Formats: sequence, structure tokens, C-alpha cells
Amino acid sequence: MKAKIIVTPKKAVLDPQGKTVQNALEQMGHLGIQAVHVGKYLEIELADGDKEAARKQLDEACHRFLSNPVIEDYQLEIES
Amino acid sequence: MNFAILQFPASNCDQDAVHVVRHVLGHSAQMIWHKESSLGEPDAVIVPGGFSYGDYLRTGAIAQFSPVMQALRGYAEAGGLVLGICNGFQILCEAGLLPGALIRNRSLQFRCEQVFLKTISRDSPFTCKVPADKTLKIPVAHGDGCYYADAPTIARMEEKQQILWRYSTEQGEVSGMASPNGSVGNIAGVCNESRNVAGLMPHPERASEAILGSEDGRLLFESMIDWLQRRKPACATP
Repeated sequence: MKAKIIVTPKKAVLDPQGKTVQNALEQMGHLGIQAVHVGKYLEIELADGDKEAARKQLDEACHRFLSNPVIEDYQLEIES
Repeated sequence: MNFAILQFPASNCDQDAVHVVRHVLGHSAQMIWHKESSLGEPDAVIVPGGFSYGDYLRTGAIAQFSPVMQALRGYAEAGGLVLGICNGFQILCEAGLLPGALIRNRSLQFRCEQVFLKTISRDSPFTCKVPADKTLKIPVAHGDGCYYADAPTIARMEEKQQILWRYSTEQGEVSGMASPNGSVGNIAGVCNESRNVAGLMPHPERASEAILGSEDGRLLFESMIDWLQRRKPACATP
């Protein structure tokens, strides 16, 4: 199994990286960009087993460690 | 007084803190490696600056799982004094010992310069010796020092006087221009609700001797010592 985790800054939190990337894209001539959000992508390889148990475990890890709920949101997906 | 100074892989202001405690303040300092599961019996703990664990994942995120942090949690919950400086502040926030989080500077630049701080609350073990109306000249050196907490959290902290320092001009005016990092409300340092744990991004240990351009940082350590000395008799067991 494989877990795919995407961590992004919360919308209310300033994202200077996203803003800078947006400015650079506009410099390149890409128009119509409303916002860019720069986050992190983690891929975790898991031994095959109970998918729901893995989700529960990783959900806790995302909440406590892999993301910081003060400033970030996360999405967790588990693939068989 | 006996200060414990924590040392993580890639702490780099630990020796500066030891130097200030021992040679500038004339107290004793003991370095505690992060693998230790006990702090000994210090009067206060300093979590120093640096780039613990290479700032991987998020600044301060990995250090919270070092064995010494379990001991630090117990120490803080029992009312022990803990001061986090720069990366130490980031670690205390990540560990949940202080509210909020520190994110990338708004400018995306690593800022290394003298700044001025206005002390917002002098009612804490970290600020009690700071003269009223004195702005502190203390340097910063960080890339991730922009303090963030959501509006309800900030409102609660303001109500409980947990904001200890804000970036200001030399004259003490709190303006956006005076902030090196874009922190919410120019916040430079905060304390917990019980006021025994504090953190700040500027480096008081780098501003404790005249030869370094400022001695204002010493006021923070002197506040801690004064507070401990005043508290000590009440706490001493017969």
C-alpha cells in the first residue's frame, strides 16, 4: 500500500512562496492566475494490510506531526 | 542559579547561551544533550537557537520527539522556567508548549540584523527587570520568524497578556516597517498562559555584552534570575 499526503498552507495564512511563484508566472506571461499555494507532498510506502487501520494511524500522524494544524491543512489518500 | 541548555543536532547558539550564563551573568550552565531523558534539577531551561534536524519538514517539528522534550514537558507543566530563543521558540510552538506557529518570513529573505523590541507585558519572569518604556536592541537571524496564530487565539493571548514583545522602532512605535518578518501584530515573543514558558525570535544571548553592540538582551536573563531569587525562599523545602 501507499499513502499520499498533500500538505498546504491554510487559506487564511500568508503564503509568501505562493505569492512569489504567482508573480513569476505572471512575469512569464501566464495570465488569469488567481492564487498559487505552495505545499508539500509526502509518499509513504506501507506493508500491505488493513487499509482502514493504516488510514487511522496516518491520520493521527498527519494531525500531530506531518502537518501543523495551526498553519496547514492536509489531504490523505491510501492506495492499495 | 543553574541553567540547563538543551542541545539538539544542529543547535548552534547553545555555546553562546552557555557563555552568557557562565561568563556574563556568573551563574552555572549545563548542556543537556537531546537524547537525555532527564534535565537534572535546573532552576531554568534555555532552548537555544540553531537549525535542529536541518529544519526538515518544518522548523522545530522533529525536535519535539527528542527524549529530552518529554522531560521538558514535565518540567514546564510543574512550573519550571523555560526560555526558547529563535529555533528554540519554533520548537516550543511545535511541541505545543506555546501557542501559534512560525512560518516563512513575508519577504522570503533570511534576515540577520539588529531590531528593536517594545516590551508589552512586564508581568512575567522574562520581562520583570526591563525598565518601563525601554526599547530593547537585540539582533534577529532567521528565515522562518513570521509569527502566526488565528484571530481568536491572538485575542485570547492579548487578553491574558501573553504577548511579551513586539517589533518596534527605536522610539518604541509598533509599525509594520519595524518588523523583519511580517509577524501578526509585530509579535516577536510570547509566553504561555501560566507565564513560565516564553519564546522569542530575537537573540538576547547575542546582545548581552557591550562589545557586541548591545547589552539589552541581558535584561531577559536578569529578569529570570531576579524572579527565581524572589521565588526561591517560598519554594525551598526545609
